[in-house]
Amino acid sequence: MSDQTDTGTDTGPVLTADGRSLKQSLERALRREKLRALMLIAPLLIYVLVTFIAPIADMLFRSVENRIVSETLPRTVIALQDWDYESGEMPGEPVFAALAADLREAVKAKKHTRLGTRLNYELTGMSSLFRQIGRKIKRMKDDKPFREQFLKVNKKWGDPEVWGVIQTYSSPFTAGYFLNAVDLRLTPRGVEQRPESERVYIMLFKRTILLSALITFMTFLLGYPIAYLLSNLKMKTANMLMILVLLPFWTSLLVRTSAWKVLLQQQGVVNDVLVWLGLIADDHRLELINNATGTVIAMTHILLPFMILPLYSVMKTIPPSYVRAAKSLGATPFTAFRRVYFPQSIPGIGAGAILVFILAIGYYITPALVGGRSGTFISNRIAYHISVSLNWGLGAALGALLLVLVLALYALYDKIVGIDNVKLG
Amino acid sequence: MFDHVQKSYDGEVLVVKDLNLSIARGEFLTMLGPSGSGKTTCLMMLAGFETATHGDILLDGKPINNIPPHKRGIGMVFQNYALFPHMSVGENLSFPLEVRNIGKSEREEKVRRALDMVQMGEFANRRPAQLSGGQQQRIALARALVFEPELVLMDEPLGALDKQLREHMQFEITRLAHDLGITVVYVTHDQTEALTMSDNVAVFEDGRIQQLDAPDKLYEEPMNSFVAQFIGENNTLSGVVQQISGDSCTVKLDSGEVIEANPVNVSAPGERTLVSIRPERVEYNKARLQEGAFTLRAEVLEFIYMGDVFRTRLRVAGRDDFIIKTRNAPDAERLEPGQTIEIGWLPRDCRALDA
Repeated sequence: MSDQTDTGTDTGPVLTADGRSLKQSLERALRREKLRALMLIAPLLIYVLVTFIAPIADMLFRSVENRIVSETLPRTVIALQDWDYESGEMPGEPVFAALAADLREAVKAKKHTRLGTRLNYELTGMSSLFRQIGRKIKRMKDDKPFREQFLKVNKKWGDPEVWGVIQTYSSPFTAGYFLNAVDLRLTPRGVEQRPESERVYIMLFKRTILLSALITFMTFLLGYPIAYLLSNLKMKTANMLMILVLLPFWTSLLVRTSAWKVLLQQQGVVNDVLVWLGLIADDHRLELINNATGTVIAMTHILLPFMILPLYSVMKTIPPSYVRAAKSLGATPFTAFRRVYFPQSIPGIGAGAILVFILAIGYYITPALVGGRSGTFISNRIAYHISVSLNWGLGAALGALLLVLVLALYALYDKIVGIDNVKLG
Repeated sequence: MFDHVQKSYDGEVLVVKDLNLSIARGEFLTMLGPSGSGKTTCLMMLAGFETATHGDILLDGKPINNIPPHKRGIGMVFQNYALFPHMSVGENLSFPLEVRNIGKSEREEKVRRALDMVQMGEFANRRPAQLSGGQQQRIALARALVFEPELVLMDEPLGALDKQLREHMQFEITRLAHDLGITVVYVTHDQTEALTMSDNVAVFEDGRIQQLDAPDKLYEEPMNSFVAQFIGENNTLSGVVQQISGDSCTVKLDSGEVIEANPVNVSAPGERTLVSIRPERVEYNKARLQEGAFTLRAEVLEFIYMGDVFRTRLRVAGRDDFIIKTRNAPDAERLEPGQTIEIGWLPRDCRALDA
């Protein structure tokens, strides 16, 4: 009992030699470690934040952002609040006066054409309407009613549709881009389907998913036997073959894709050989490129290593004794493979399939070069909106949908196979 | 069972050279040898995973060279157990029954019996990864036995276990093999395992069987110097045979002494020989020296206390790696380094073998 008074620590918190509580000093020691670890990853963290997270956030924001209408035409937006589209009549003189005042400022700032372009996405003809009125607005007289003057410039200003569009898109945020991205549109009457001839995105999404799934399956079909062979060969031979597998990685993507163009076109090598062999008639040459077939062939080739590598590294870890054990227990080679080897290679298949599928779904160069009309992906459309039509909002909405789609498929995979069942080696 | 079997992997080197071996029904045969001696290759040929380059392997008098492994009906326990990690213990055990199209109820019955046999009845739903090494070992054993093969092969099955568990499993395996009346071919490089478990031991070296005998014969009457060195501890003295007469010969050691020995595989005077003596057959207590024992002077170099025995290192006939073992008896004398003593042994324990 006497030594208890000496230490005095039996009941209270444990103390270190210099009398501080052990917990505190442990925390201090760990804090320094953590800080050092944080400093090590700081450059990468900042880099990722600036070049990856920020652009994605910006893109997501752009897909709903719509301040241009309320900023360019502030008075008109307020004046239009009382107008009812359902009445079927054009708005009254105060609205026209407000628009005239807004337009004068907008023309001075040269913002009216941009507004026209924006509204043109929703109703064709808006762009030219705004450009035209922009030219005439300076000569309008303040003492005459603006309504007549506007109608004299263009009768369309009397069309409730025009005003309906302005009213519908006057709020600073809109779901319009997203609706566009799924072949719907927001009209003054509410959400409705686009006319048959304008529906393209749903079809493109479907095609992207279907072709990506097909490509994933093809890479699995071609890659599995190769990975199996590689994992069962001697190290030296396996390394040699591995170099051949990786060779495509070291060749420019454009070169590879162009090579497929040479091979697959109607006067190309493959067709020539088939005609020469007499398998097809000269006037019935196969269309292997500039369609979905071309996309699948070229992308299967390009993405194959992404399937082989995870498969190989997983197969490498399966000891041959399992299959031997299965055979010694009486299983035929096929049963041994199906019941013992294959289940253990599933994590590799999962990893490879996710890699290939996600890469394929966002692939852009190859479908653009060999896809023709029926083999292009949604990503080609996104690129078009970002760099050609400059409808960034729609491009962003399509991109956001693609992102959601990939995440949803990922979640689905997690539910069915389990994400911890993915192994890269 | 093996008839002049040869095996080569690369067409240049024979891994197994002219193997002749027959195993009786119900026998527990161990293939013992250092790594690379061809013992595992022999086992794999028997299981059908390797093909013999030359010669026949017969099972019940029928050649099985061309029968694929899954049709041989030979049970096998692998070095790392090879339990299927994606199946539960029960599924692992019922796998060989399923591929034999045995009905569900019979399957369950057999799995239950096999698990009870290795005292693992309550583990049927566990995954192999959730079991300890010893438990996995039992399951692997049960799986190799569940389809009632007459021949079971075991490839260093206890190699991954700690000493105590290994000794326990040695006992279990021999008991099971005996109770079930199965034939077992067991591969190991652990001589204690080989000696304690087997009916017969085949000592492998360099692709050949050096000696095939019961454990006691193997230990006490090694037929050549490899076996003498490999099994148990052994003292060797090299010399030249001077004369041979029946079951006795004299050997002139390199250091000049002439000793009497038991000629095992020396045939003519003038031949070089390695004389082998077991450490526990050497006696230094004069009172215990038997009649007719041969004696030699020795200098004590080191005394090691090991509990049940004393190990003493001596310099004998110019060699300083001569070991003697003495039981820690109440009257046993503890030798001091530097002491000079007289050691002796019976000539028949001193075997003149090939050099």
